[in-house]
Amino acid sequence: MATMPAPVAELLEAALVGELTVVDGKGRPVTYPLIPLWDGERVYLTSSTLFSRKLEHIQKNPKVSLSITDPIAVGGRTDRATIQGDARVIADDPHGGWERLLPIWEAKEPSIVMFLKARVALPLFFERALIEITPRRVLYWSDGVPSTAPAAVDLAVMSGEAA
Amino acid sequence: MRSTPEIDAQTGLTKLAGYPFQIVSWVDEAGYPVSVAVAATLDAAGGTASFVTPTGFTVPTDRDVSLTGSHIRPQPGYGYDERRHVTVWGRVSGSGTVAFQARDAWGWDEAEVPFFEYSERSAPQSRKYFDALSAERGTPVKPKLSFGFLTLRTTRLPFLTATIIPVLIGIAIAATRGSFDLVTALLTVVGASFVQLAINVSNDVFDTAQGADDANVTPTQFSGGSRVIQYGLVSFRQMATLATGFFIAAGVVGLVLLAISGSTALLVIGVVGFIVGLGYTAPPLKFVYRGLGEVAVAVGFGPLMLLGAYVVQTRGALAWEPFVASVPIALLVALILYVNEIPDRRGDARAGKRTLPVRFSRESVISGYNVTVTAAFVALVVGVVVGMLPVPSLLMLLTIPMAIQVSRGLKPNYDDPYGLMAVMGVNVQLHLRAGLLLLVGYVVVLILGAVAPGLDLFLG
Repeated sequence: MATMPAPVAELLEAALVGELTVVDGKGRPVTYPLIPLWDGERVYLTSSTLFSRKLEHIQKNPKVSLSITDPIAVGGRTDRATIQGDARVIADDPHGGWERLLPIWEAKEPSIVMFLKARVALPLFFERALIEITPRRVLYWSDGVPSTAPAAVDLAVMSGEAA
Repeated sequence: MRSTPEIDAQTGLTKLAGYPFQIVSWVDEAGYPVSVAVAATLDAAGGTASFVTPTGFTVPTDRDVSLTGSHIRPQPGYGYDERRHVTVWGRVSGSGTVAFQARDAWGWDEAEVPFFEYSERSAPQSRKYFDALSAERGTPVKPKLSFGFLTLRTTRLPFLTATIIPVLIGIAIAATRGSFDLVTALLTVVGASFVQLAINVSNDVFDTAQGADDANVTPTQFSGGSRVIQYGLVSFRQMATLATGFFIAAGVVGLVLLAISGSTALLVIGVVGFIVGLGYTAPPLKFVYRGLGEVAVAVGFGPLMLLGAYVVQTRGALAWEPFVASVPIALLVALILYVNEIPDRRGDARAGKRTLPVRFSRESVISGYNVTVTAAFVALVVGVVVGMLPVPSLLMLLTIPMAIQVSRGLKPNYDDPYGLMAVMGVNVQLHLRAGLLLLVGYVVVLILGAVAPGLDLFLG
């Protein structure tokens, strides 16, 4: 796997919310705001089974993108990025499998641990699947302005993998 | 049932205008979504938008394109709040500055649909997900909770106070009259608890069978049932079996107590209790569906529980004192149901559950609360004044401020199920603390009876 450009990795680490866009059965883009969890190699997102339509879309079409666009959600940074990649739904253990990413999640949303302790109140919210995105291509706007062409980095080509 | 309200294209564009920028997305030639932040000009009335094509891209005109707005407010040390997003789909035409013709939209704003309601409306999607996962694996996959949490949720164990309080008062009154047996007292608590557990679980079974719990999208920790069937945590059949088991256990304990006491009165109380408990939600009686739930709860968790416990201790002797003591408790426990029905009223109405808050206006329901809670305290005072209840039972009056707190909380939170949760909590505590103080009053009577046998604690 090629290295994620440093500014994009920083955006992923900072972002409280990113926009996951998947392709639905009609071939149209559907966007879901989610917390991006970056482990240094892949991007992870988690989805409650309550809001699992996105998982159905991914299972039928794994091509997705994740955008970091909101300066408010990244501590005031104005650069922006869109990561295109292939997603995989990990649903081995909806009850607790996703908890391996809890430390990264907690770093962004500390209250999640408090809510997890009270999962009896909202049990289905904590039945979750992981979405693992293997990045293929990164578009990066250093100034965040759409009138500037983004820097495009093809991670699959850099790593020698098939696109 | 949709998990989010319908949003037409115009509404979607109107909402989109409230975001500082928009994210345009389309599917590129390689099949991957592309998303770029743009500043769109929105014409909600005309159902259109326009934006400058981002440099380096060609926005396709032969497939759907979406415009999305997304918002959060960071809360350091907590996470974030003020979640909302909206997506509008349509087609674009032209190049350079392209014209976007909106077609449909989707979104969620937690200020409009609270997160808990959104989650509740989405429960069918979770069921669908687990069904698909089960089919894929060839074995049932279900959501889980730890055994402790599942027991707590399924049986609604914390509400057992509604049973234990009147039973203990009944036992205490018998004790002040010289009748107390520890074994039968414990058996009474256990048997009565089985009765309530049976009612709690069967309530979920019959409410599910009649569609009331499915129709309720604003349950709270005090209302809307345990939801374990709706969430797929426990099957309908398992719940029915559990309810039957609790009824049988209650029946066995009841028969043992009947054999010990030899009381015809206890037999009558047991039979009436069974009919009231099962008939609370079960056809053909369905008391709660007919606006008689409060009466059933008042009778069941007031006189029946209190007199039943008293009769066991006295081996069948009846008296007016335990009946009079049960009146305020009965009214307060009925008010727990009454207030808890307020947030459920829309779902209940859809399911044909004609509870009092479904039948009556907000003003009438609030007045009903005020009159009933006043009646509970007046009944206590009258009981003392006419010499049927001991003076220390007036300790219960210390809970009047809680009743005022509930009364004042009803009006501003009447249409906000989640705002009403705190009020419902105080109302549950009102019954609990009032009952405990009445119990303490009788403990005082017992103690004074032991240390000062000649002291008369009854007026008149």
